[in-house]
Amino acid sequence: MRLRKKKERVSTEINAGSMADIAFLLLIFFLVTTTINPEKGIAVKLPPWSDEEVDPTQLNTRNVFSVLINFNNELSVRKEPAELKDLRADAKEFIMNPTGREDLSESPDKAIISLKNDRGTKYEMYLQVYNELKGAYNELWDEEAARRFPGKKYEDLKRDQKKAIQKKIPLVISEAEPVDAQGTGK
Amino acid sequence: MSKFKKRKGGGSPGISTASLPDIVFMLLFFFMVVTVMKNEDLMVDVSVPKADQLRKMEDRSLVSYLYIGKPLPQFQSEYGDAPQLQLNDKFSSIDRISYFIQAEKDALPEDKKDKMIASLRVDGDVTMGFVTDVKTELRKAGQLKVNYAAIHGEVGK
Repeated sequence: MRLRKKKERVSTEINAGSMADIAFLLLIFFLVTTTINPEKGIAVKLPPWSDEEVDPTQLNTRNVFSVLINFNNELSVRKEPAELKDLRADAKEFIMNPTGREDLSESPDKAIISLKNDRGTKYEMYLQVYNELKGAYNELWDEEAARRFPGKKYEDLKRDQKKAIQKKIPLVISEAEPVDAQGTGK
Repeated sequence: MSKFKKRKGGGSPGISTASLPDIVFMLLFFFMVVTVMKNEDLMVDVSVPKADQLRKMEDRSLVSYLYIGKPLPQFQSEYGDAPQLQLNDKFSSIDRISYFIQAEKDALPEDKKDKMIASLRVDGDVTMGFVTDVKTELRKAGQLKVNYAAIHGEVGK
């Protein structure tokens, strides 16, 4: 009789009360190891490597929007000192030239933005300037998209529609070899 | 009346915790899915600049990372505190970039090789001389799709 009793006990259900504890342990492990890191950035396409550098200053100066950053992270636009906060609006005006001024670009597809920095320029400053220039183009594309396809943003357009807008307002940011005013060399 | 009294006398039953494991498992699966295990330890201090014209990178498997920044304090006695380039899990000189790009490309399937993106995770305080040299090497290696890693934020503050 005793033996029988024992057998009956073995078949009782497994206690699932500790399941929560195990799950919590795993949860905390994943919470700690998770890094929701920002996988975002500014996408650029570098020009292919060639030994001879294109010098934008040789082109018609009317069509060149030269942006210079020196080693003190100061900005100059078309040889005048400038502020970062005005850069985007200035670039947009230069590219589109809405009032037909003599000293701004002839047409958006002829506009060239020339970006030159010093070897001592901080990367942060460079990226912010690049960001503003890219922002100018993004805003212009959005405006053009809204004009052609009312109520739509550039991002929502189809591939060939984007192409058409890019043909009208091509993104040309030419980066010259940096100068080395401080003589830091490498 | 007597009915009410009876209920009160019974005392409040405790909340059932039987569904707690389910809730926890749900959370657990969420974190398991979103977790990306970092396969390399950062040896340089990188805090990327802020920008607001950002694009998300769709496919992480296509992205190769180049880290540039000051070495972390424990490596400074050996490597100094000048900015260094980190490829995979060790410091590298700039001329290793073309090998690195080639190796990363080889690891991708044939149809995705030309879609590879080099993500530059550069500290904001690094000077452009170094970054330009890296960019030049990338151009020489034929890796023209580049991404400047940044976090979203106001510019010019």
